[in-house]
Amino acid sequence: MNTVFKKSTPGREGVWPVKPGKSAAELLPAGLLRGKSADLPSLSELDVVRHFTQLSKRNYGVDGNFYPLGSCTMKYNPKFTETVAAMPGFTRLHPVLPQLKGAGRLCQGALEVMYETERLLCELCGMKAFTLHPMAGAHGELTGVMIIAAYHKDKGNKKTKIIVPDSAHGTNPASAHIAGFEVVNLPSKDGIVDPEELAKVLDDDVAGMMMTCPNTLGLFEKNLPKIVEMLRSVDALLYYDGANLNAIMGKMRVGDAGFDVVHLNLHKTFATPHGGGGPGSGPVGVSEKLVPYLPVSRVEKLEDGQFYLNYDFPKSIGYVAPFYGNFGVVLKAYAYILRLGGTGLTRATENAVLAANYLRKRLDKVLEVPFDRVCMHEFVASACNLSECHVRALDIAKALLDKGYHAPTIYFPLIVKEALMFEPTETESLDTLDQFADDLIAILAEAQKDPAFVTGAPRTLPVSRLDETRAARNMELTDDL
Amino acid sequence: MPYVPHTPEDIRRMLDVIGAPSVASLFDEIGPEMRPKSFDLPEGKSEMDVLAHMEALAGKNACGQVSFLGAGFYDHHIPAAVDALSMRSEFYTAYTPYQPEASQGTLQAIFEYQTAVTRLTGLPYANASVYDGGTALFEAAMMAVRHTGRRKLVVCEAVSPIYRVMLGSYTSNLHLELVTIPHKNGVCDLAALTAALDADTAAVLVQNPNFFGTLSDFSALFEAARAAGVVSVISVYPVLQSLLKSPGEMGADVAVAEGQSLGLPLSFGGPYLGIMTCNKALVRQMPGRMVGRTVDGEGRTGYVLTLQAREQHIRRQKATSNICSNQALCALRALMHLCLLGQEGLTRTAETCVERAHYAAERLTAIDGVTLLSGSAPFGNEFAITLPVNAFLAIDKLTARGLVPGFPLGRYYAGLENALLVACTEKTSMEQIGIFAEMLRGTLK
Repeated sequence: MNTVFKKSTPGREGVWPVKPGKSAAELLPAGLLRGKSADLPSLSELDVVRHFTQLSKRNYGVDGNFYPLGSCTMKYNPKFTETVAAMPGFTRLHPVLPQLKGAGRLCQGALEVMYETERLLCELCGMKAFTLHPMAGAHGELTGVMIIAAYHKDKGNKKTKIIVPDSAHGTNPASAHIAGFEVVNLPSKDGIVDPEELAKVLDDDVAGMMMTCPNTLGLFEKNLPKIVEMLRSVDALLYYDGANLNAIMGKMRVGDAGFDVVHLNLHKTFATPHGGGGPGSGPVGVSEKLVPYLPVSRVEKLEDGQFYLNYDFPKSIGYVAPFYGNFGVVLKAYAYILRLGGTGLTRATENAVLAANYLRKRLDKVLEVPFDRVCMHEFVASACNLSECHVRALDIAKALLDKGYHAPTIYFPLIVKEALMFEPTETESLDTLDQFADDLIAILAEAQKDPAFVTGAPRTLPVSRLDETRAARNMELTDDL
Repeated sequence: MPYVPHTPEDIRRMLDVIGAPSVASLFDEIGPEMRPKSFDLPEGKSEMDVLAHMEALAGKNACGQVSFLGAGFYDHHIPAAVDALSMRSEFYTAYTPYQPEASQGTLQAIFEYQTAVTRLTGLPYANASVYDGGTALFEAAMMAVRHTGRRKLVVCEAVSPIYRVMLGSYTSNLHLELVTIPHKNGVCDLAALTAALDADTAAVLVQNPNFFGTLSDFSALFEAARAAGVVSVISVYPVLQSLLKSPGEMGADVAVAEGQSLGLPLSFGGPYLGIMTCNKALVRQMPGRMVGRTVDGEGRTGYVLTLQAREQHIRRQKATSNICSNQALCALRALMHLCLLGQEGLTRTAETCVERAHYAAERLTAIDGVTLLSGSAPFGNEFAITLPVNAFLAIDKLTARGLVPGFPLGRYYAGLENALLVACTEKTSMEQIGIFAEMLRGTLK
């Protein structure tokens, strides 16, 4: 399919505003104007509508395709939350309004949404306070680690290291590094963190440890109480990566379990659309002793019920966002939480875990499941048993695409060879799970008979396997290169 | 239960296959000491009731006022087709295009977005976007630090203070030196910026139009930077980039922008769009996702995420950044917006914004005691005026009467307590400007 630039016809009228009275040359000094035109395309509105409609048909999404992408919680995104985020009373609000004297009263509704969302998240997670500012999960991680750094600096602790288990998302070590820490890799044992291994790397230089619980293998970290105790003994803080919060709502609160900092992924647990890769939202919650270090501003409520922004936190890490985070995403998550309530959120967790275990049992006879015990909301299988017929996890993934499914996450976590990570979520029906299992079993059977069936997949999509080496070598990143 | 399809019979069947006695038993590994001490959340509500609640909250926000607020975030007209197209669920319910064959829609759109933003900035390479313009500026600075191995950043004080405070927070643990070069009445001090460049400087960071709305040609500064081995970073306003000398034409190495003005509503601060473009020497220092064009086994054109060896899922702590997602849906909207307006539409929009701002400046400075902060310095869609009174006071009075006159520069700049930053877009009417001028005149009497 041609790019939109190739479809341009000079002179064709798009959604043009009325011609202004003066041209740029009449308004501004010639030396400040560009010589070469930006050369944006000239297209009719229908040209544009058709182009993007056709592009959309070259995509899988949750609405059209089962999307068991592990670690990403691709649950159904309720439509009414889009209605909420599109309400003009929210979309038209300029972000600096509450910073103007006397103008805070013009955005009381928005401030109330932020205040209430923070309170709901606090209760859900057992934390003292939340900030909604981080704009994605990884951004929440960075914010959380910056808070850990600020805490130790304030206490006069000379701490230089953050421990990250080997099963963690790559963003964990990257975030710790960008916040100025040295990263210590912690090997897992039997799929989870082992206190004996932890003891080997734990010393007074450790500022904190980042945990995902359940971890990326979908396993609950049952040594958690011991880990908490060990970290406390050296005044190290425990960080909860909320990627897998969908597994524990109503069953465990991270604050009660001993975590000091947590980031959530509203686009995962709270059903806001993933948007093809963003926007997300990564609020950060903290225990009482870390409240002074949260980013500014913070929304507060006066005795008369009015909401306002407080910037007066001298120990704060400062600003991680231009304003208050991805407010449009927060709106959707807030509406979702209100719709489900505490009971609904608990049911979401229960059914997510139920579905993952069901799918695991449907598949553990045809795929190797390295840690084949009760999992939480996801599980990791391995395609190693197909290696003798030279079939890899990648091939299974591509064959699933031909059947109309998005593939599971593959080659992650790194500690399982030929990993296939399945997360069905609570919103998929038993019919869908059964059909998926049947189709996957059929693919695996076919792969053993005729490996070319899967190594040549996909065959039904707009393109077959793409040459990634060529892409990296040629660096053709725009239509003009 | 909303959005959970399982009937009691389904659940029983699933438990039978699992071999578990109950759903509760699946959570047995969570010991009693880890169980919630409280879980006092409200009961769920119907869709209708939640919508009514949200309508009521939206109603507590006053959106009917005439506004001259900008400060880097502008209320532009968004073509209806942008909403209609970006709400196609094939786009918005997808995720990061890990499986390229099933994600060609997202991937080609990002490729086209990368093309569109490089054309605006005149630099050849772009990434798939980052969170917002402030993050883009920080990431650009970090590209320079890695590229040069130097640790000093020279920042013009007329770069958005909203971004400079972010830069300060982000760099606080990284042992970087931030040197801020004061503005002169809202104009960038090119001589002082040039003089500040030395062998320890990784980057010089400027903005055009700057926070005060004034315009500069940074060509000479960037040439001096190149000679000193310093990376030139410029933050721009994409709408005006249809008119203004491009970062590429000025010789910048990295150009970043807040993309909100391209098809994204103000929405109380986000989601927005951090645009990043650069020259070839810096492309491998780019953070985040990038899409490249390639072919499949049959020679058909296709698109993939590329240069992933920079990224955290492969490099972990050695990655160029911790960023793993982009603002894909926002980038998609920006691309749609640019395509619907096209070259002519964006140019007309920019010219109208500038024309309105110039008219507003003329009307407001006709009031006794009101002057332009930057004198005769050229400006685009935004400008600063000095009032005979504290700007906060004027804002308070006018806002009470339904007109938000602008942003008080005293919030960030000591000594500018009387200065007001006023922005216009194509949505600002000549009549509104007239009303503003009359109201301000009345207030100052």
